[in-house]
Amino acid sequence: MRVPRQYVRDPGDEPPAAQDELLAHFDTLIASGETVEPRDWMPDGYRRMLLRQIAQHAHSEIIGMQPEGAWLTRAPSLHRKSVLIAKVQDEAGHGLYLYSAAETLGVDRADLLDALHRGRQRFAATFNHPALTWADTGAIAWLTDGAAVINQAPLCRTSYGPYARAMRRVCQEEAFHVRQGYDMMRALCEGTPEQKRMAQDAVDRWWLPAVALMFGPPDTEAAGAGGSDARTAALGASVSRRAIAWGIKHHTNDELRQRFVDSVVPQAERLGLTLPDPAIRWNEERGHYDFTPVDWETYRDALGDDTHWARQRIAHRRAAHEDGAWVREAAAAYAAREAVRSGTGGTGDAGDAGSTGGTGSTEESA
Amino acid sequence: MTTTRDAAPAPEALRTDADLAVHLLRLGDDALVLGQRLCQWITRAPTIEEDLALSNIALDLVGHARTLLTLSGRLDGTGRTEDDLAFTRADREFTNALLTELPNGDFAVTVARQLAYTHYAVLYYEALAAGCADAELAGFGARAAKEVAFHRLHADNWTRRLGLGTPESARRMQAGLDRVWPYTAELFDEDDVLRRLAAAGTVPSPAPSRPLWEQRVSEVVTRAGLTVPEPRWQARGGRAGLHTEEFGPLVAELQSVRRQFPGGTW
Repeated sequence: MRVPRQYVRDPGDEPPAAQDELLAHFDTLIASGETVEPRDWMPDGYRRMLLRQIAQHAHSEIIGMQPEGAWLTRAPSLHRKSVLIAKVQDEAGHGLYLYSAAETLGVDRADLLDALHRGRQRFAATFNHPALTWADTGAIAWLTDGAAVINQAPLCRTSYGPYARAMRRVCQEEAFHVRQGYDMMRALCEGTPEQKRMAQDAVDRWWLPAVALMFGPPDTEAAGAGGSDARTAALGASVSRRAIAWGIKHHTNDELRQRFVDSVVPQAERLGLTLPDPAIRWNEERGHYDFTPVDWETYRDALGDDTHWARQRIAHRRAAHEDGAWVREAAAAYAAREAVRSGTGGTGDAGDAGSTGGTGSTEESA
Repeated sequence: MTTTRDAAPAPEALRTDADLAVHLLRLGDDALVLGQRLCQWITRAPTIEEDLALSNIALDLVGHARTLLTLSGRLDGTGRTEDDLAFTRADREFTNALLTELPNGDFAVTVARQLAYTHYAVLYYEALAAGCADAELAGFGARAAKEVAFHRLHADNWTRRLGLGTPESARRMQAGLDRVWPYTAELFDEDDVLRRLAAAGTVPSPAPSRPLWEQRVSEVVTRAGLTVPEPRWQARGGRAGLHTEEFGPLVAELQSVRRQFPGGTW
């Protein structure tokens, strides 16, 4: 059933009765499983939650280019170099789709980047982890992209239309990255003993970032029960309940974390790699693998914003942005001049500059 | 190009193979080294769109290098693979033109380097597609010319934007052109290897394309409000393995993982 869309967003100083009516209409959209579109009215809390999630996701794609990007010049075969270039390129593309989706909520990419650079918006703390060897690029693709696929697949059905459509494109490409990552780990495991040691070392270091940070804090009371994380879990549970009610999420962090562990344990066995958690074993009764609950607060603090790598990631981004300022200014000046010359209101090419517009992918993904 | 060796080949055919191997290695090294330089930009570009564009171009260049190095290794009698050639040669054995190894500099230097290279490469790959007897190599030339034509468009557009953008961008773009122009002549150099190959009709020489290259780049540069440099000094030596001091670290980085794991499979 198609719900009529007679409402525009931002009711401003609508009387309370009209607010109630708008909310009722929004609730009907969510309940009917239809997507919410940019021109639909939406509650402020919904808009804020979405924006926070989409921006964090976009930032994570852009920051996530760094650990792998650092190995582009050192890839040990031309085939692997090509694959890695294509992957990092995909991540830049995902960042663009997602910034475009965020822009449909009435913000500007330049402002989002500014918030990232100033530490006002976050990115996945997973990437506050250094990529120390070539095998790390394989472990990142296999484990963190593997976690991302499980985390993100349900987002292809998220309630906000532009986000859902962006995610469908993202997920298709992420699935390919995971296969490439697995293939790379397989090559290392079938190589010399030194190569296999490098692969195991990378898995030892990337397991926790993938299993903990890619899924966010525990958000079921059971996960935090009795532990020091009980408060985190209770808070996470309330946020997740709201996100699920609004159709932004469909599963709790802990459900998705379990799904990831269940999928990756047999893969590790096939590769002959050991996941660094002695508690991993099949639980016949639950029909899932058991694993050690993450000591979330301790772990999160260890990768906090003031650590070497967190600062380094942002410093790298800021340096690129600041070094490129004169280029974006030139592109904007040129575009403005061309627009005057041709009598059209042209858009520039310097997407990060904001004032000159994006790449037009908003329309594509919306 | 002779690739089957059932009967003992005539000495001329052997020499042609050896000459062609040398020539294809030069072209392959140009693409590999320039691709490596562009990889250094990724995550550091002025916009996310440019991170995307530069990685796209780098990917095409690495693809060209793979084809060219593979063909070269097949012809030179050593049976070396693309990876053997990329990862086990010493610095002095690389034969790329010096232009392609110039450090990235600021974005304008990179655009200037791209402008010079892409206009040259489109012309040469088109010549290869039209004037090469070997079907495989001609087919490669046709494909590569189409891809590099997009890279050329990217370079043309940025030359224009920077030249006509702001006073600062115009100053930097002119400085970029001035920086790379002494290194452009080497692209068109013709030595005995090329003269023999061209005389035998195996592959064309790049030398005859130079006037058209000059005409085309001059048009782009002057329409961007900039001046075509007229350098007195012209760099040479890359084809003989005589590189810049900045080249050593590029090769060391390229080969580092491969060399740390002798006998590895990737």
